[in-house]
Amino acid sequence: MPGSTLHLAALTATSCLGRGLAATLDALLQSRSGLTPCQFETARLSTFVGEVAGVDAVELPAPLRRFACRNNRLAELALGADRFIESVERSAVRHGRHRIGVFIGTSTAGILETELAYRQRDAGGALPASFDYAATHNSFSPADYVRRRLGLTGPAAAVSCACASSAKAFASARRMIDAGLIDCAVVGGVDSLCLTTLYGFHSLQLTSSKPCRPFDAERDGLSIGEAAAFALLERTPTSLGADEILLQGVGESSDAHHMSAPHPEGLGARLAMQAALADAELAAQSIDYVNLHGTATPSNDRAESLAVCHVFGAATLCSSTKGATGHTLGAAGALEAVVAALALRHGFVPGGTGTRRVDPELRAAYLTANRHDAPKHVLSNSFGFGGVNCSLIFGRAG
Amino acid sequence: MSCSAYVDSVGILGPGLADWPAARAVLRGESVYLPAPTVLPVPQLLPPAERRRAGRVVRLALAIASEASLRAGLDPGSLQSVFSSSGGDGHNCHELCVTLATAERAVSPTRFSNSVHNAAAGYWSIATGARGAANVLCAYDASFGAGLLEALALARSQRAGVLLVSYDTEYPAPLFAHRPIPDAFGISLVLKAERGPLSIARIDVALAAADQERSALRPRACADPRLEALRAAIPAARGLPLLECIAKAEGGTVLLDYLDVARLALGVTACP
Repeated sequence: MPGSTLHLAALTATSCLGRGLAATLDALLQSRSGLTPCQFETARLSTFVGEVAGVDAVELPAPLRRFACRNNRLAELALGADRFIESVERSAVRHGRHRIGVFIGTSTAGILETELAYRQRDAGGALPASFDYAATHNSFSPADYVRRRLGLTGPAAAVSCACASSAKAFASARRMIDAGLIDCAVVGGVDSLCLTTLYGFHSLQLTSSKPCRPFDAERDGLSIGEAAAFALLERTPTSLGADEILLQGVGESSDAHHMSAPHPEGLGARLAMQAALADAELAAQSIDYVNLHGTATPSNDRAESLAVCHVFGAATLCSSTKGATGHTLGAAGALEAVVAALALRHGFVPGGTGTRRVDPELRAAYLTANRHDAPKHVLSNSFGFGGVNCSLIFGRAG
Repeated sequence: MSCSAYVDSVGILGPGLADWPAARAVLRGESVYLPAPTVLPVPQLLPPAERRRAGRVVRLALAIASEASLRAGLDPGSLQSVFSSSGGDGHNCHELCVTLATAERAVSPTRFSNSVHNAAAGYWSIATGARGAANVLCAYDASFGAGLLEALALARSQRAGVLLVSYDTEYPAPLFAHRPIPDAFGISLVLKAERGPLSIARIDVALAAADQERSALRPRACADPRLEALRAAIPAARGLPLLECIAKAEGGTVLLDYLDVARLALGVTACP
């Protein structure tokens, strides 16, 4: 049974490309990358990161001070852009606060607070009394912060499926709307830089010492980024402007293969894309652009190229925007949903920043420069550890 | 508007609760509840290398996921799943934080890839060959309710059935002082959109406002005070009142603890 088509009634994103939609669009149109050499906290790693400027200076509203951590400060920074809070408030007045759900993807939430607290253990090994596990470290913390900040009392959950988290948040929200449990939902993703992911990906030899180069013949790993991106999902109204953006299809699958390596032929990725097309009741030829997961690790890009070619052939345009934003992990699905929406609304296909020579072994039609064709349907891929895959299809209302 | 599904099977593992037949007898008052540390079986479903490395969270989640799918007479690989946990693998998290506090920060790659909240769901999919959707949630103390809502919503669109796996394990010190979950506990359910020969109960879920002042809106407690202590101590055990109702083949409305501002109002109908 296909799910319903939903309207993205409000949108915002903050990443190393900038705060809000205008800054994000400007960077994409100029093919600007936000990756810089890693100087985060005490990390001593030869790698590049997509760090958001000014996060630590963000103040949370006084009643929510206990949520203070880099992750929730990043959420607050993003929520304050693009009149997102005002749009949610209008929906709350229309539908009731209890009829709006909150589904936020994250992989590490505010675990940085725990990393810092472990450095401050006392002689008995205890963490500082000021450490607040529930409001910072716990995976629910960003969803809890967002629902309190927006004054929403409907169902809420963190979706934590590694790097597919915030794509799957769209899937959860749509199920709850289709089940009639809510009328609309705030969905999104928030993930911020921390030592766990910087040193963890380094331990797996998956980070590059240069800005990442998705689909490049010389790609050698990812660059970690941070982002917060949100959308307000509502049932599609009867009349909509042509530039409005719709969520038209969702596809989810599992690789059933390996915890930290993709299926070598991209089987799970293929199943997710096919499921999204079936859900949207669209033929593969209807997709004008695929925003790839495209992390720039040799094996991920190889598997994804095979999967994309299997589903779409080798002519459908595709690129990864992670060369510009870095891999924002649990926030990537929501951030790239915003990229898809900007491409649809402003009539361009983003080329992948950072890639110089596309790997000739990867047959997918990888774009390295922007193209001013107006796409009508965009598919966005997000895959993660544990073999979790999610594809979303977005389209224009007209 | 409510959302409904049929419960075809139950799995459970926790302190003094070895499986559903044992827990069912306790919940029906036919045997006495004797709390004892949770015994987590080695997950035979996993290949030997992964089996050895499987931490407590993976052992717990795979044990209850296996129990519910076996009792439903289903190929576990055919089910879509919802995993919900209030915290993930506390011991693994502790080891990573200890390592990150050292000068060398020599993080173990296996510890890092096992640190994702969806590790148990990933191992379940590898063990069973399940290639369907698996969603993994966390809602702190509301994690059982969040998982149940998601599973009920997913079951509407799935003929094959949906496996809900709700589980929690303990953090070691020093995190234990900040999140005192006493032991491992989990509940699993196989939910189906339509009634079948194995269906044991129908659930209709609706959201109800939480109001601490009104006793009618307090979540239902377990009849046995020691089970009630377990319910209050471990988020996944917030589902015990639903299991009590199913075990006794009772009908009625069960209010389950959920968010600070909301309860789940479950209309339960026994399937004779």
